[in-house]
Amino acid sequence: MSTVELVIAIAGMAAITLITRGFFFLQRAQLPVPAWLIEGLRYAPLAAMVAVVAPEVVMTQGHLITTWKDARLFGAAAATGWYFWRRGMFGTIVAGTAVLLTLRLTLGW
Amino acid sequence: MSESLAGAPALWRHPEFRRGAREMAGVALGISAWGVVAGVAMANSSLGTAWAVVMSLTVFSGTGQIASLPLISSGAPLWVVWATVLCVNLRFVIFSLQWRPYWVHLPLRWRLTVAYFSADLNYFTFVQRFPRPEPAPEQWPYFWGGMIVNWGSWQLSSLLGIVLAHHLPMQWGLSFAGTTALLALTYTMVSDRATWLAAAVAACAAVAAYALPLRLNILVAIAAAVAVGVVLEHAAPKKSPQKVAA
Repeated sequence: MSTVELVIAIAGMAAITLITRGFFFLQRAQLPVPAWLIEGLRYAPLAAMVAVVAPEVVMTQGHLITTWKDARLFGAAAATGWYFWRRGMFGTIVAGTAVLLTLRLTLGW
Repeated sequence: MSESLAGAPALWRHPEFRRGAREMAGVALGISAWGVVAGVAMANSSLGTAWAVVMSLTVFSGTGQIASLPLISSGAPLWVVWATVLCVNLRFVIFSLQWRPYWVHLPLRWRLTVAYFSADLNYFTFVQRFPRPEPAPEQWPYFWGGMIVNWGSWQLSSLLGIVLAHHLPMQWGLSFAGTTALLALTYTMVSDRATWLAAAVAACAAVAAYALPLRLNILVAIAAAVAVGVVLEHAAPKKSPQKVAA
């Protein structure tokens, strides 16, 4: 890509990001959205989060893993355990990552 | 909400500003790990360091940047690059519907500011803190506190990744740290049977639909979870009167 093209590409990406993020509040006019949908959308943030996390833990190269000898499973379990034991964000990250690194570096999982 | 709030000293002295910053700080640590990984990806693309920094500052969207990099490197047509960014950002359209009641009364320049800064984490922490969709004076300082921490840590960490790209061992360890941060954030959102069920459905849908291009599996997961949510709401009607209009 030439520099001019790159500038246009980046400007367009910035505009698209801004418009999608503000789609329903940049304009004052109310778009018709049914009430049941707004109720149901309470589950959207949770779903978006899970949708990012789950494949990161149980998939490799686009396929479901077929072995339990995967360090990520134990890392996720350790993070889960820590969270429900202590509730801290920092501890959860450290516990999960520590277990992952230990298993991968010692056992090669 | 007065306009003088933004930028004025009163804003960052507000206790909700500190609370917003504090509640973001824990998860931002994990997200910094992802920022470093994203920075490495930017440095390893054909973009070059200077353009990578420009993109990181103007397009404040990690998924948008990472999805578009290989396309830009391979010289894909502009519309393909833009369509890709649009698709990975579609979840923000859904989020913006929920942002609306909090911000729609603000002047346009502040709504544009919110639109630029409101990444996933701002949304997740904000709707946890203010579950009722109505404006309140504490929301603006809370949003700014979280926003500055999130934006700052993302920019710093991706810059770090760009600079250290060729000196970082074990990048998979870093990205897993980001995953555990999101995992912890997920657990803060599941509270009852309905949310656990919605989460399980979303997880299965996201894995099953993983083969879709452009991370559209995220949208499939949202749609599935929302469908489950709607069914549950109607199967077990609440005692409080239903809202007639939004």
